[in-house]
Amino acid sequence: MTAAAPRLAAVPSEAAPKVHARLDGVTRVYPPRAGHGEVHALGPISFDLRAGEFFSVVGPSGCGKSTLLDVLAGLAVPSAGSVEFEGKPVRGEVPDGVGVVFQEDASFPWLTVEDNVAFGLRRAGVDAAESRRRVDFAVGFMGLKDFRRAYPSQLSGGMRQRVCIARTLVMQPRLILLDEPFGALDQQTRLLMGDELLRLWRETSATVLLITHALDEANLLSDRIGVMSARPGRFIDIVETGWPRERDSRLAERPDFGAVTSRLWSYLRGESLRALGQGSAAR
Amino acid sequence: MKVGKAKADNRATWIRVAVLASAVGALEIACRVGWVPATMVIAPSAMVKALIETLQSDDIGAHLQQTLSAVAIAMGLSIVGGFLIGFVLHWVPFLRRAFNPFLAAYYAIPHFAFYPLLIVIFGLGPAPLIVLATLFAMVAMIVATMAGLDRVPRVLLKTARMHRLSLLEEIWRIRLPAAAPHLLSGVKLAVAYSFIGVIAGEFILSTSGIGHEIAYAYDNFDNPRMYALILFVLAIVTCFNMAVYAYERRLARRRGA
Amino acid sequence: MVSLRSWRDPLLVAISLVALWQVLHELAGDVAVTAPAPTLAHLWEMIGQARFLPHLRETGLAFLQALAIACGGGVLIGLVLGGHKLSGEVAEPILVGLYSIPKITLYPVILLLFGLGMPAKVAFGALHGIIPVVLFTMNAVRNVNRTYLRAGRAMRLTPLQTGWHILVPATLPEIFSGLRIGFSLTLLGTMLGELFASQRGLGFLLMTAIDLHDVKTILAIAVLISTFAIIANAALLAIDKRLHRGAAPEGAGKP
Repeated sequence: MTAAAPRLAAVPSEAAPKVHARLDGVTRVYPPRAGHGEVHALGPISFDLRAGEFFSVVGPSGCGKSTLLDVLAGLAVPSAGSVEFEGKPVRGEVPDGVGVVFQEDASFPWLTVEDNVAFGLRRAGVDAAESRRRVDFAVGFMGLKDFRRAYPSQLSGGMRQRVCIARTLVMQPRLILLDEPFGALDQQTRLLMGDELLRLWRETSATVLLITHALDEANLLSDRIGVMSARPGRFIDIVETGWPRERDSRLAERPDFGAVTSRLWSYLRGESLRALGQGSAAR
Repeated sequence: MKVGKAKADNRATWIRVAVLASAVGALEIACRVGWVPATMVIAPSAMVKALIETLQSDDIGAHLQQTLSAVAIAMGLSIVGGFLIGFVLHWVPFLRRAFNPFLAAYYAIPHFAFYPLLIVIFGLGPAPLIVLATLFAMVAMIVATMAGLDRVPRVLLKTARMHRLSLLEEIWRIRLPAAAPHLLSGVKLAVAYSFIGVIAGEFILSTSGIGHEIAYAYDNFDNPRMYALILFVLAIVTCFNMAVYAYERRLARRRGA
Repeated sequence: MVSLRSWRDPLLVAISLVALWQVLHELAGDVAVTAPAPTLAHLWEMIGQARFLPHLRETGLAFLQALAIACGGGVLIGLVLGGHKLSGEVAEPILVGLYSIPKITLYPVILLLFGLGMPAKVAFGALHGIIPVVLFTMNAVRNVNRTYLRAGRAMRLTPLQTGWHILVPATLPEIFSGLRIGFSLTLLGTMLGELFASQRGLGFLLMTAIDLHDVKTILAIAVLISTFAIIANAALLAIDKRLHRGAAPEGAGKP
């Protein structure tokens, strides 16, 4: 919590947006394996993630969105180019201050909700009182208060994903990376989770990068949206939405909302067709 | 829906108990009436009576102790050894590729063919039996350990990296708990196979132990003692298996597996 | 290339097992372990002898009859228990319990019921093999994806067509896995039956060799049985894998 205060002060200086993370000429090539040759999955990609912004990445399936997230998180090493987080190079290890929420259910089935959420704290050397405070907050914030002692198997998919978000939240990350976290949820739940995500973003003032395939979702949540091409994925364009910081799912009622989604789709229609063709050719 | 399932479970349990009870009852009647001669099968009540008498006799204690301690040692060795070997095979792909076909064929080999060899190597006494039972039980644990470690979801390992766990922490706090259900079924098999290995070995080639006592009673037409001991072995093994099963169920219910 | 690779490693292990055997021989001497080469020569010689064949045939016949009972009976019982839900639920724990008890303790009972000789061996072999076949068949029938059946109804298949085009292919891979395990256990059961109170068969030869402390013969027979078991199992495993290639992917239908 102490670390949050100075950042809150830093964000409003919008005149010269501070760079929080930087990708410079990043590519990722998978070595040839039995059955197929070398796969050029990603890049080259160069872009700056501004401190405190909500950035989404959309693109056709198989374009390397998840690879981009892995590289940025330090879960994968780029084949060429460099990644920086808060001015320091990222290479093969997740830097302190970065939290990741994955697409798949990553809750630990052998721990209660509470213990799941507290998982990283003991290791990070946070003392017991502070741990309890943060867990209480995260559990309350994600609406898990009544399920503290439940096991993940007793929860729905959406609730389990909240557990994973809470587990990331207690570590107070300054950069939150989300890899299609709502991919498995139904549309109504997605909308509600989106609102919660916006609230979380506003209240923690963290930088958020969201990978998604849902254009409306990207539009609704983001300050900027990076549109990726079919494999090897590169940014075709980065769209600025210009939405106010205080926003929620009712934004979709605005007349100019549809225009942004249309613009994203006009970029992606061709790319998605190309990706489909690649897919069937590969088979 | 959950209540409905519990009710159905209950019903199946009651029917099962009824079926087993009436089977025992039918056997009892068949024996009492004389449809089944006592030289073949004795009445269940007579088995229980003989069992009580046998357990009260002095000579059974030593056999019992020998069998159970051999089973316990084999169980311990196979569980610990099987886990360690399974772990190594999981981490070293070359070894795993090499051993896979043999692991797959392992339970196709009639192990008892090698029992005489073990006697020649380890001498008469409990050692060859323990080695036999351990070899028999260990591979089940090896296979279960590998299966468990193979199936740890990748996303949990990514989560471990996100929390910057060291290798040991990752193994202890992620891989092992994630593999626990498989490890437990390995333990269950190792328990059953240790019993099978020891008692089968005693039965065929040993000169002491419960297994041998059963064979000895058979050779001497001592049906009451034979059935008493068979009943005893089956009861012990079933209790042991049920205890492990109950523990497994409790764990599984919590994890919703 | 791929097939070469998949053969290389097991071959390497086979060679190292023979090497290990040789080392054991060097350490323990002829009293405990005879060397590989003379043992295999002895095995070859034994197979050539006329008095060996009746034993081999006795074991072979006992095994084949037991296997037929285990497979035929197991699949039949498994189909019934899989098709009728309540019966399956009632029977499953009993079967699992039977599976994990030392069945050798029941052998005297079987001897008393069937008498010494072939029928007891067959019964004991079948007793070992039948349980996995029943369990696997039961689960195969239970786990048939209901959507396949609905698709069959949507395509207006007759019950016979549904059985042949949907149920058989959907359950076959799983049932075959059960048959493979049943094969191994039937062999184990038949051999165990011959080791105790038998007058003919490979098991009888093995016991005679033990009494005479004839290590070379013990090893030769053990190698013969193991080689048969491993090769048969490898063949069945290969078929098993082929069948499972067309089966529903693991975890399909689960969230």
